[in-house]
Amino acid sequence: MRKILLAAAAAVVAASVSFGASAADKLKVGFIYLGPVGDLGWTYQHDLGRLAMLKEFGDKVETTYLENVSEGPDSERSIEQLARAGNKLIFTTSFGYMEPTLKVARKYPNVHFEHATGYKRDKNVSTYSGRFYEGRHIQGLIAGKMSKTGVLGYIASFPIPEVISGINATMLAAQTINPNIKVKIIWVNTWFDPGKEADAAKALIDQGADIIMQHTDSPAAMQVAAERGKLAFGQDSEMIKFGPKAQLTSIMNNWGPYYIARVKAELEGTWKSEDQWAGLKEKMLVMAPYLNMPDDVKKMAEEAEAAIKEGKLLPFKCPITAQDGKEVECKAGTHLDDGQVLGMNFYVKGIDDKIPGK
Amino acid sequence: MGLLEAIILAVLAASTPLLLAATGELVTERAGVLNLGVEGMMIVGAACGFAGAWLTGSVIVGAICGMLAGVVLSLVFALMTLALAVNQVAAGLALTILGTGVSGLIGSRFVGEKITTAPKLYIPGLTDIPFAGRILFGQDAFVYLSLALIIGASWFLYRTRGGLILRAVGDNHASAHALGYPVLRIRMFAVMFGGACAGLAGAYLPLAYTPFFIPGMTAGRGWIALALVVFSSWLPGRLVIGAYLFGAVTILQLHAQGAGLGIPSQFMTALPYLATVIVLVLISRARTGGSTAPAALGTVFVPDR
Repeated sequence: MRKILLAAAAAVVAASVSFGASAADKLKVGFIYLGPVGDLGWTYQHDLGRLAMLKEFGDKVETTYLENVSEGPDSERSIEQLARAGNKLIFTTSFGYMEPTLKVARKYPNVHFEHATGYKRDKNVSTYSGRFYEGRHIQGLIAGKMSKTGVLGYIASFPIPEVISGINATMLAAQTINPNIKVKIIWVNTWFDPGKEADAAKALIDQGADIIMQHTDSPAAMQVAAERGKLAFGQDSEMIKFGPKAQLTSIMNNWGPYYIARVKAELEGTWKSEDQWAGLKEKMLVMAPYLNMPDDVKKMAEEAEAAIKEGKLLPFKCPITAQDGKEVECKAGTHLDDGQVLGMNFYVKGIDDKIPGK
Repeated sequence: MGLLEAIILAVLAASTPLLLAATGELVTERAGVLNLGVEGMMIVGAACGFAGAWLTGSVIVGAICGMLAGVVLSLVFALMTLALAVNQVAAGLALTILGTGVSGLIGSRFVGEKITTAPKLYIPGLTDIPFAGRILFGQDAFVYLSLALIIGASWFLYRTRGGLILRAVGDNHASAHALGYPVLRIRMFAVMFGGACAGLAGAYLPLAYTPFFIPGMTAGRGWIALALVVFSSWLPGRLVIGAYLFGAVTILQLHAQGAGLGIPSQFMTALPYLATVIVLVLISRARTGGSTAPAALGTVFVPDR
């Protein structure tokens, strides 16, 4: 209901703008957001990217965004509204918009679409994502060093490959420091519910975890960790304000450079369907300052970050043993290939848990 | 702190906003008005509660701002359904949409700010009792207030003349009107009480639960409160049990996962709603007169003029 209204409102706004005289030569760019722009996490970072892009191109570009668009079939209407309103380039910024984006793209062959974190493309649909597991690897190393109880607490959203590969990357790295390290995983089945995220953090700490990591979008877990005197990693954005003594680092998503590059291509008429999967090297993710840890741990983290950027350190380096004890096939020779990471649906050895629904 | 104590403390915190919002809705529905806008009133209460507390530095002022915001929004609902006799279901849904938008508007400049949370009670000696001390004597004011409110509401509904009239209005507004009771005024007060409770429940989230404001932070708790009223079959005693049961299921499923018990989390998340459906079936099959819902629930009343 709300979505329809939002979409309708956006259409009205877009329509009224398009009658303006100057609107004709402006490139219209649309964005579909999962959460509110003020979520301080995932959507907030996408919006920072949009603003950086606007700053770059000034009055050559005009943007419209729809926030709070839930994933799944319902998002189709919102995406179509943007296409119908004359947007030539549309960014759909969550995994769950994959099928709806493709469906709308087939109806509007002259509009270009960019889908974040998905794996299905078309001639007018590109995909882009961050190699978040690179950041997770560094977090795993830090966690392995900093955990006194040897138990990590992990708040997970949905059992999709991106989240599972994050858990695996963390554990593989942590195991190189402490082979007996354990992880407790709680699936909250939501990207965004501050209360539930806080409750999950409390439950994990009460069960002995002393380092909290999350793959959900609000700073609630950071705040709980700070309150309980534990350590935590931020997610998506800088969360140091919510735990000055708790945040070790944070994987910050940095979409600005990508949005600038894609809009530039669109303006120059060189846009084509691509798959961009960029990491620390391309600065699509950036690590927040390493804080609240001794100097040797900080040094280790910085060295790992540099090595990943140089391509010397591969988070999914073989051999990798799956939870069931079988060795995972190494499709890229020395490490897992991108397809294996993008479709990851198994846990590595040492995780005492079951993937929900498996 | 033992694990059981920690779980009980978390359950109390998780149940309190549900109990507060559901208490208000119970009284509203007992007067025959179905207000589906609880989620909207809650989120506006959260935004205004945070704004009030942040601007003045006082949690009490924040709580009052949250309540007032809930009341203001409920008056919009009252205007539509009581004065203009609009369909209550449609008006309630519209109220939620309106509330979500308004809260984003009010709250946008407070996103990212922090406040200190509501203080917890501390009575030397009593609060220090192992296990029971912190559970019984170490909560914040919202927890005690939520219990006081439902006890007060129960006493009002069943032990006072005013409560009897309110229930009469909810069961048969035509008869109540014929007896000379001001049906619309009574309903308006019930709606306002519901708004105040929902606003307070919303304010509890940024003031005590997770001390920051983010748009959409109620995350469906208003809808759970609505389900809770049905679950309680409109009885205050069952409402308390239901609120803590719903809260307990939420917390226990998190702990079950952390402990690796292997119960599907999706199933546990759905459990409160499943319980509500089962209770509805049991109510309708009960031999003692079928539904316990207020007979005039959801019907508009237009007095003869």
